Amino acid sequence: MAGKIYVATPEAGTQPEFHHPPYASSVARSPRQPLIPLLHTASERTGPVFGHRIVRPSDSDLTAQHAREPIGERILVDGRVLDEDGRPVRGALVEVWQANAAGRYRHRVDQHHAPLDPNFTGAGRVLTDDDGHYCFRSIKPGAYPWRNHPNAWRPAHIHFSLFGSGILSRLVTQMYFPGDPLQAIDPILNSIPDERARKRLISRFDIERTEPEFALAYCWDIVLRGRDETPFEEGSR
Amino acid sequence: MRETCAGSQTVGPFFSIGLEYLCAQPDPATVAGAIIVRGRVLDGEKQPVPDALLELWYADGDGHYSDQTGEGASVPQCLPRGFARIATDAEGRFCLGLQKPGRVEMGDGGKQAPHVVVLVFARGLLRHLITRMYFPGDRANEEDPVLQSIPARRRATLIPKQDPANPSSLEWDIRLQGEEETVFFAW
Repeated sequence: MAGKIYVATPEAGTQPEFHHPPYASSVARSPRQPLIPLLHTASERTGPVFGHRIVRPSDSDLTAQHAREPIGERILVDGRVLDEDGRPVRGALVEVWQANAAGRYRHRVDQHHAPLDPNFTGAGRVLTDDDGHYCFRSIKPGAYPWRNHPNAWRPAHIHFSLFGSGILSRLVTQMYFPGDPLQAIDPILNSIPDERARKRLISRFDIERTEPEFALAYCWDIVLRGRDETPFEEGSR
Repeated sequence: MRETCAGSQTVGPFFSIGLEYLCAQPDPATVAGAIIVRGRVLDGEKQPVPDALLELWYADGDGHYSDQTGEGASVPQCLPRGFARIATDAEGRFCLGLQKPGRVEMGDGGKQAPHVVVLVFARGLLRHLITRMYFPGDRANEEDPVLQSIPARRRATLIPKQDPANPSSLEWDIRLQGEEETVFFAW
């Protein structure tokens, strides 16, 4: 009789630990009991499917959601959503949110002494096409201070939320920009132990994708867990 | 060659900017036959977590998961059946109404007890957490393979308390850490 099939856990070092003391907020909010191996059932293999009603065309252009254009360096963010076998993930819902060019979020909790931009909300969403491709237009977010430790600054980043082919492929992460000196001292990015895995969260500047005389382009491909990933059997590890 | 999945990063404190639009749900009181689940998300110091986001995934009354997009023209009617997203309020509270799911087949002839898959996101969580909510008093709980795989003393963390005066009213707290820490699964 076959052993029970459990949900696989990630390759060592490629995901953050829950308890990462350099990121102060993780200390009281991270579980301390051992995580329980999860049986791989229909509940884990399936997941919500989102349709085009969720997104409007204007949702992918964060510079066109108000009467005027926001202040900042115009950018395109462009890439593909792929599974672990390199296959495109079609119809994936990609949701993004970010600070404005001054490093300020349009959120009541953000007390950073920097101006809000009346022409920038900082939220967008898009569904990937048949090739797994997504693209949105925005402005480059600013770095901003936070109170994790004295003189702490977050590197510029855009928050990403993705739904793939099942609930296990769900991912919330952040995209960073190349050449940002704050990355080396950021407790959140550095919560991922593996350097190669960290570098995969940094987008690539691409002059070819740039819109001449209009916007710079950053490319970022995102790999999600697949629906039929290799699970492990009881006793095999 | 298999690619490595992208690393997770925290949802942070400002997720409502980008994620709140999907939080709209029908008033639980108006959903016919709904079970109402009220609870709080608490940290290791028993403090409420006012910036947590929950996502739920559950089967229909026959134990089948939807593979269709929603039917309506706007949120929440355009959401797929069996999916909900809820943010906690300033006191760390959440409230949701749902139809009790049926028993999902295991593939080996057995069936799981009715349950809801729950994902927990919050500032401070570098990866999201995966847990399950079961239904109190359901005899299928005693033979559910996932529930039974959990050490007996911790199983109760996945089963809400039922209001004796109103069986369709449940209370379920999610404790991220500390005494009675909720069971979370490895993924």
